[in-house]
Amino acid sequence: MMKTTELPRWATAIAMPLFNLLTALLVAALVIRLLGESPVESLKILIEGSVLRLDNLGYTLFYATTFIFTGLSVSIAMKAGLFNIGSEGQMYIGGLGLTIAMLTLDSRLPALLLIPIAILCSALFGALWAFVPGYLQAKRGSHVVVTTIMFNFIAADLMNHAIVQYLIPAGSQNTASREFAEAGALPRLSQWITDLNDAPLNIAFLIAVAALVIYGVVLWRSPWGYKLRATGLNASAAHYAGVSISTMIIVAMLISGALAGLGAVNSIMGSTHYLSLNFPAGAGFIGIAVALMGRQHPVGIFLSSVLFGALIQGAGELSFQKPAIPVETLVFIQGLIILFCGAMEHLYGPALLKLFNAGKK
Amino acid sequence: MLDTLSAIIVSTIHNSPVLIFAAMAGLFAERSGVIDLALEGKMLASAFASAAVAFSTQNVWLGIGAGIAVSAAVALLQGFVSITQRGNQLVAGIAINITMSGLTFVLAQYFFQQGGQTPNLGDYRLTEIVLPGTAAVADIPFLGWFYSHILGGHTILVYLAFALIPLVHFVLYHSRFGLRLRACGENPHAADAAGVSVQQTRYMAMLIAGVLCSFSGAYVSIVQSGFFLKDMTAGAGYLALTAMVFGNWRPLYTVLGCLMFGFFGAVQVQMEGVDLPLVGRLSGSLIHMIPYVVTVIVLAGLMAKSVAPKAIGQPFVKSR
Repeated sequence: MMKTTELPRWATAIAMPLFNLLTALLVAALVIRLLGESPVESLKILIEGSVLRLDNLGYTLFYATTFIFTGLSVSIAMKAGLFNIGSEGQMYIGGLGLTIAMLTLDSRLPALLLIPIAILCSALFGALWAFVPGYLQAKRGSHVVVTTIMFNFIAADLMNHAIVQYLIPAGSQNTASREFAEAGALPRLSQWITDLNDAPLNIAFLIAVAALVIYGVVLWRSPWGYKLRATGLNASAAHYAGVSISTMIIVAMLISGALAGLGAVNSIMGSTHYLSLNFPAGAGFIGIAVALMGRQHPVGIFLSSVLFGALIQGAGELSFQKPAIPVETLVFIQGLIILFCGAMEHLYGPALLKLFNAGKK
Repeated sequence: MLDTLSAIIVSTIHNSPVLIFAAMAGLFAERSGVIDLALEGKMLASAFASAAVAFSTQNVWLGIGAGIAVSAAVALLQGFVSITQRGNQLVAGIAINITMSGLTFVLAQYFFQQGGQTPNLGDYRLTEIVLPGTAAVADIPFLGWFYSHILGGHTILVYLAFALIPLVHFVLYHSRFGLRLRACGENPHAADAAGVSVQQTRYMAMLIAGVLCSFSGAYVSIVQSGFFLKDMTAGAGYLALTAMVFGNWRPLYTVLGCLMFGFFGAVQVQMEGVDLPLVGRLSGSLIHMIPYVVTVIVLAGLMAKSVAPKAIGQPFVKSR
């Protein structure tokens, strides 16, 4: 039989990411061992603390909701051939849009109007923040990676200025805006599923799942999605087929920014109910990991979002029970996962291929 | 007014080496064709290693040596992922930055148990060099200040940073290695056909990048603060990268970018809380923002057309 040079789809889409994930966890286990703790026991705490009890699972899915949005944000840009590192800043600015809407309207409007307006504002502000890098990439050829890095910095400074100068209520010591009125809180799922207890899982999760479905349908079942993917795969071919590349780039960045902006809805309106300094806390960067691990596929994005959500929730539990393992260990593990699943995705490719060909003889 | 100006100039000189070392590191990596988003991670690794070892051994030089070793090791790992594994170089860089941000904290906490800091080095920091005759010229109006604060009064790393500029320029443009390195970044297949090992050259470039980056990290922890603190490089690696893009991947222009960032950093410290004519009181974060905005404008092509190395970010596959 002929030797294959390409692996079957299940191997590249499922087996290889799993192997890479295991390798990353193995390295993490080694470090936990070095810190003087048992990796097996730690893994047990991690799993128990993140998925086994319903309220813990609620926290996991709450974190995952934000990552679904940032993951989608990075994914749609990636599908258009753009590496949007700016989801972090876009989510941050999205939070500003939402907060402006809340601070001006929350005493006047009922929840049914207030919440949609705030959600729209967060998407709008996120989109606007992604527009300039998108425009510059499309029209001036300024590389979107560098401009979005700059826009992350600018967003951080701008938000610092806005929060410290304008949003901190008089007499408050916290670098945060005032708390929004009750009408601005997203309904929590614990209203219907009481076992979720105080887990902040809210209807933003349902919106995120809907966004995943829409993303999948639009990208793979619509002419526009086809054009977008064509642009990402081969811009010159798409151009000759009549696709306007610059429009495609700008629109992809707008949507990407809007999705990142929506990430703010979950973390602010679903949980804290106020805008605080640095609230995205790296969610935009985790979005990059989610997009890469999930291969920009809706199901993959969902699963890897849940994985990262579980890591955050479980790591909190872990460092609570094992003070020798600080929460920052999680940051380290995240980096490893991105390294192995994102950058070294072909690590086991040659070995698997050999195995396949050996089995066929 | 004159005092402020003098303070701004002196602290520009003190701010810039962090960026110059890292940007020069980035130049080597990127001119060879490897995107280096991991300057930040290498800096953090070296900042931690040098502060930790310098404190434990009470010897600054051993600390700097440890920083070099660790940063070089990280650079080689990055090289392995980007060159041998042909992975996505942007992703590799971000992954290394995140990994190092977590790992340095975890290790600092494990070894020193001070909330992820290393203990203050105290007297074991690098000393500032006082040039001979400083006291003699101290009373001469401009010259005294210039001699003692501009020419003298810095740590050895500051001199090293500025000495690097012509050196890097020479190596890149006037040495055989530099020619080969640039060839690998522009047209690796041509370099390969001419008998240059693209992989080897790129690994060498990464190693140099690792060593240069380590000084940047050591400067932050040993010279500027005297201890390691979580995420203390605070985006300087990305800034250095931007300075390089700003400088069109040329050493001299890149240094201009570094000096600009250093200058605005100095201005920010001086201007905070000062009432300015016309605009009133500017907040520190707004001043902090200026260099980023300037960079975006430059990148937008109002001032220059960016010319990246042609083969940047593309793993090399030898044609058969």
